[in-house]
Amino acid sequence: MVAMQAVPQAAAPLLAVNGIEVIYNHVILVLKGVSLTVPEGGVVAVLGANGAGKTTTLKAISRLLKAERGEVTKGSVEYRGERIEAASPSDLVRRGLIQVMEGRHCFGHLTIEENLLTGAYTRRDGQGQVAADLDKVYAYFPRLKERRRAQAGYTSGGEQQMCAIGRALMSNPRMILLDEPSMGLAPQLVEEIFEIVHRLNREAGVSFLVAEQNTNMALRYASFGYILENGRIVMDGPADSLRENSDVKEFYLGLGEGGRQSFRDVKHYRRRKRWLA
Amino acid sequence: MPEFLGPFLEVLIGGLLAGILYSLVALGFVLIFKASGVFNFAQGAMVLFAALALVRSIEVLQSWGVNAGLAIVIGFLFSGALMVALAFAVERMVLRPLVNQEGIILFMATIGITFFIDGFGQQIFGSDAYQLDIGIPKESIFLLEGVFEGGILVNELDLWAGATAGLLVLGLALFFQKTRIGRALRAVADDHQAAQSVGIPLNHIWVIVWAVAGIVALVAGTIWGSKLGVQFSIAQIALKALPVLILGGFTSVPGAIIGGLIIGAGEKLAEVYIGLPYFDGGIENWFAYMLALVFLLIRPQGLFGERIIERI
Repeated sequence: MVAMQAVPQAAAPLLAVNGIEVIYNHVILVLKGVSLTVPEGGVVAVLGANGAGKTTTLKAISRLLKAERGEVTKGSVEYRGERIEAASPSDLVRRGLIQVMEGRHCFGHLTIEENLLTGAYTRRDGQGQVAADLDKVYAYFPRLKERRRAQAGYTSGGEQQMCAIGRALMSNPRMILLDEPSMGLAPQLVEEIFEIVHRLNREAGVSFLVAEQNTNMALRYASFGYILENGRIVMDGPADSLRENSDVKEFYLGLGEGGRQSFRDVKHYRRRKRWLA
Repeated sequence: MPEFLGPFLEVLIGGLLAGILYSLVALGFVLIFKASGVFNFAQGAMVLFAALALVRSIEVLQSWGVNAGLAIVIGFLFSGALMVALAFAVERMVLRPLVNQEGIILFMATIGITFFIDGFGQQIFGSDAYQLDIGIPKESIFLLEGVFEGGILVNELDLWAGATAGLLVLGLALFFQKTRIGRALRAVADDHQAAQSVGIPLNHIWVIVWAVAGIVALVAGTIWGSKLGVQFSIAQIALKALPVLILGGFTSVPGAIIGGLIIGAGEKLAEVYIGLPYFDGGIENWFAYMLALVFLLIRPQGLFGERIIERI
């Protein structure tokens, strides 16, 4: 106990990923040394194109990687100062670290309310507390309350995304790994989802690590961002400075020196730059 | 009352009651298939194994001078515990090392389990045919004697079997719908990766479903054993659960029950009204499979199989 208190709590980040390398099926190298940190109470974005390694990074942290025959072969992952590369996903959920998977993954044949209740599976603090948290989730997502008796498979994409986030909230998390919340949603809904992320962060003190392709939206709500390309972090910085960075503007926001650029030009420029690098 | 109605009802009721036994085995298949996507070929062997454990432990206890009633209770506890232990062993030695393998590989593994359980069970419990008597009355009784001439002949054991199956299904339905674990089981059945992501440990769930399927096998084995004696052929008859599953749907508990009733009644009626007059009998043995084949062509998800929810 004494040794633990000696560690300065404020200085240690909530989550620290140190140079992890991930290999799938013993042969496919997907992450080539990714490092990032999330401070307590922070919202951090991981940005990058399809196949850059965002999802793999999140799954390496939540330990869902193992079920896909992926393995962290180098580096370490620390959550609240403890190494977690050997923990099980359910152990991590119990300790307050939960992932909301890309593509929502609601339980289609369960009702919305049953979906939410599965999120409380690891909790041992009694039915009353769980019921209270269910009300809290309904307060954040009034739409879910209206649809509580509907089978999740028949609800809309936005409702499913809310259900997935609400389900994670039911585990009473300290940190949520949110994978591609904007996927397949209308811009207005994306905004609504990020607004709720923002509120959860401020009001409930939940920290977020958000993987997004929607760079613009993610950088508006995150305080810090990392950009992944081909399994490597190629750039990082506070969200504001990333938004002003000319390369980020060029590649990810589609804005050139002289304002909005044609998509074709962006691609062309980017391809050439890769070859030169 | 028309004259043909009495015999018809007698055949129908006999068939329905026999069908309940198929349902009980099919139920075990459905439970495991729902929760882990594994088609457990070993379910039939588990029925035999449970029945052997029960009949032999009762015998041993009685030979030690334990009175009959107590011996039956202890026998049930022992065989139930054995089925739970089997569930742990299967999870540890088969499912865990094969996690995320193709369905066909797990299916092959369950065939391996079948041979192991068959052989191991007979090794320790003996391979004779044993009489199982746990005090269920087996008298034939006549129903509705006032309505039909001679009444309808029904075996009391079959009525008990029906009641037991009904209770079991009711209990399972409550378990699945109302409990935390039941909800988790359905979640795993829907999307095991998402279930893992919210902290449901798949290993525990597998142990639980295999244990529940083991208990269901024990119930099925008890009833079958009481009816036919505990012998190797029980594991073979269990294959009748296949057409039941195709009919009722692999993912539906009510489907397993109703499928069993349809197969049971169908094959008896077919035997009496088609087989005997036109084919010299014997169609009972393959009628169920033919019915299943027809169903595969018309409605491959079965009567009650879960519809695949697809949003466009």
